[in-house]
Amino acid sequence: MLPRYILKRLLGAIPTLLILVTIAFFLIRIAPGGPFDDDRNLPPDILANLEAKYNLDQPLGVQYLNYLGSVLRGDLGPSFQYSDFTVNELIAEGFPVSLRLGGSALLMALLFGVIIGTIAAWRQNSRLDYLLMGSAMTGIAIPNFVLAPILILFFAVYFGWLPAGGWGGGALRNMVLPVIALALPYMAYVARLTRGSMVETLRSDFVRTARAKGLPEWKILGKHSLKVALLPVVSYLGPAAAAIITGSVVIEQIFGLPGMGRYFVQGALNRDYTLVMGVVIVIGVLIVVFNLIVDIIYALIDPRIRYE
Amino acid sequence: MTARVQGSGFRVQEDPGQIEGSGQALVRIDGLTVDFHTEDGRVRAVEDLSFDIPKGGTVGLVGESGSGKSVTAMTLMRLIPTPPGEISAGRVEFDGQDLLSLSESRMRRIRGKRIGMIFQEPMTSLNPVFRIGEQVAEVLRQHEGLSRRAARDRTLDLLTQVGLPRPKQIIDSYPHQLSGGQKQRVMIAQAMSCEPDLLIADEPTTALDVTIQKQVLDLMGELQARYGMSLLFITHDLGVIAEVASQVVVMYRSHKVEEGPTEALFQRAEHPYTRGLIACRPALEGNPRRLLTVGDFMTAEGEALEVPSDRLLPQVKRSEAELDKDKPLVEVTDLKTWYPVTGGLFGKVVDQVRAVDGVSLTIRRGQTFGLVGESGCGKTTLGRSLLRLTEPTAGQIVFDGEQVTAADERALRRLRKRMQIIFQDPYSSLNPRMTVADILLEALREFRPKASRAEHRETASALLDRVGLSASHLGRYPHEFSGGQRQRIGIARALAVQPEFMVCDESVSALDVSVQAQILNLLLDLQEEFGLTYLFISHDLSVVNFISDYVGVMNEGKLVEYGTAEQIYTHPQQDYTKKLLAAIPRGL
Repeated sequence: MLPRYILKRLLGAIPTLLILVTIAFFLIRIAPGGPFDDDRNLPPDILANLEAKYNLDQPLGVQYLNYLGSVLRGDLGPSFQYSDFTVNELIAEGFPVSLRLGGSALLMALLFGVIIGTIAAWRQNSRLDYLLMGSAMTGIAIPNFVLAPILILFFAVYFGWLPAGGWGGGALRNMVLPVIALALPYMAYVARLTRGSMVETLRSDFVRTARAKGLPEWKILGKHSLKVALLPVVSYLGPAAAAIITGSVVIEQIFGLPGMGRYFVQGALNRDYTLVMGVVIVIGVLIVVFNLIVDIIYALIDPRIRYE
Repeated sequence: MTARVQGSGFRVQEDPGQIEGSGQALVRIDGLTVDFHTEDGRVRAVEDLSFDIPKGGTVGLVGESGSGKSVTAMTLMRLIPTPPGEISAGRVEFDGQDLLSLSESRMRRIRGKRIGMIFQEPMTSLNPVFRIGEQVAEVLRQHEGLSRRAARDRTLDLLTQVGLPRPKQIIDSYPHQLSGGQKQRVMIAQAMSCEPDLLIADEPTTALDVTIQKQVLDLMGELQARYGMSLLFITHDLGVIAEVASQVVVMYRSHKVEEGPTEALFQRAEHPYTRGLIACRPALEGNPRRLLTVGDFMTAEGEALEVPSDRLLPQVKRSEAELDKDKPLVEVTDLKTWYPVTGGLFGKVVDQVRAVDGVSLTIRRGQTFGLVGESGCGKTTLGRSLLRLTEPTAGQIVFDGEQVTAADERALRRLRKRMQIIFQDPYSSLNPRMTVADILLEALREFRPKASRAEHRETASALLDRVGLSASHLGRYPHEFSGGQRQRIGIARALAVQPEFMVCDESVSALDVSVQAQILNLLLDLQEEFGLTYLFISHDLSVVNFISDYVGVMNEGKLVEYGTAEQIYTHPQQDYTKKLLAAIPRGL
């Protein structure tokens, strides 16, 4: 049943992505200016030649259909700004960096969030609980573009323990601060979510049964309660992944990382139509795939869910 | 350390007149007092409770909800959360050990190993995300130190012993794939896995149908005989107690009010509460006009009352010839309500669940039509279909000469003012954020939009007064009421639009027997006063017998038998009806 379900979901994603591409395509065209409006004033005939080269002189509808056609063939087109590269090449270069950053942040948010939330629920209404949940609230309240400079200020500038920015070929040292800055708000949210769901699960009848069976506390907590309590956390992973992907755009800028997010911002500023579209499509596909993964994990944890 | 010395530490029974069985007590509860610290201060859940559970014997613990019986069971397991709970006084001795002073780790070796427990809600008492086999085997691995493989073999054996069909398949199933009765069997297998000395069963059959209840009770009796264990059976249902227990302890408001051998207790109960409890359950025959309630036997302060003789006048049911003189109000012809089952890549309809499958019946004005059947038989869907709360698939419903099935939106709204429904769960069917006044005024404004607010409030007060509440309750929210009071609010809401026809869907099933009797009496009084017509849906055959003129028995979406209450209960024709009737706990 599962392969069929996956097929069904992927088929269902096609209209979603089509709408996304369409809206993004026309939105960026509505924005004033064009890809060749930089400080050098191009002579009109050269501009006309350039536009002809990239088919920008054709009617918008035709451009749209052409673009759609090439996307379907897997070609995201040439970049207007980085004229030596295709968008495919640029994304292939930036994507692994973003994936590593976002993936690490998501894992960190999940792992520590769940542990903190479980401890807080276990010691519900104790000082430890209040301390943990108080910190979590603070974590949620501070946006990552505020948190990142603070982290840089302390750990890079004052203590000099870690680099203030740069990729360093993906060295662990360079990863620590951006990952923390990106993960912290989500970690805090996961912690609160886990605590709430865990507190409720601990009151349920089957936990009472587990206690009546004479199981040790760690089994009641770590086995019987956690698996059920994780369900809302898993559902949150979909939106969290989307938010982390978009959040990484900001973080990559602050730490000067060569990820996809950098192209997104620069592409938008430069009206580099194809580049922006390319990044939008990749993020869109990523979110669709991630939501599918979340639903599959959900079904694996909860046998009551049957996808057909 | 699994070996134990049989017979060690038993004390000789000091008062042999109290306890039958082997004469030795496995459990001695002495002066137990349990308090809960709440926002409203200290609440005493159990006060100065003493009783013994003989070795190999069964003690029934009876009382209404909140009487302290479950707290007592949880104290035996040392599963009262402290805080807010506190065991303020008393001793609990189990096989010679003082349970209350054991360390938590030693207590864990008693739970599940020497004391097994099963609960009221089989639906929620098993962990939904683990396989059945894993949940049972876990106990064996924990206490008997069995390997994964050995535990699985033993689990299979246990599942077979509790009479589950296809144990090899069930061992790898998840709880949601099992029926309620099967889940309760799994719970029993789990509790029995280490052959405990004591099994605590807290309302183990309350959530089950009568036929399933009978099977589960038989199974427990059989296992008890085979393993010679003691049983503490907790219930609010005296009929069930009479079937399983030789000794009964009656609790009322945290106190033990009476104790004794079951037979003696049923024949000459001394405490007025016990007498009320025995009297308030409708019997299959010889009921009074209105059911007696605990309030007829004692005052709220606990003083015994003399039951006035007019309360004992027997119920007289009208004959079929007389009943047939009444005009039909609801006529149902070949009603079908099917739910589509979708599947495939594009969600096409692959099958139909035939919840109601070709039912025809007539409900006459001023009468009560009782609809009985086991869960899943389609009785609730039928009730909802009559009001088109669930859209019927085919068939015809005529209400007072008017087509319900063909009615458009406006006609339906008008019709629904004449047809009301009262649900089973009085809590979830009242909006928790609306006061009683809001709830009633909403219905009243719908019914008489032109009347002033003051007039509506007056009507609302009168309604509350009529259902046994008072105008002072108007400003309160549903959570401030007890289950019985909430059901009264539900009835008041239904009455607000002055309906002619009411569907009561398991409306008394969630209530304590004494409260149930009060609500049944109220429904009968209202019927007499306003000439109401009821469709009374219930899985409880005794209740349906008491309140109904006509009775229909439903099974698998079909009406299998249909007749006057007397015909159905004294001369059932269908095997299914006979099976249902045979499963009713008879009491004594």
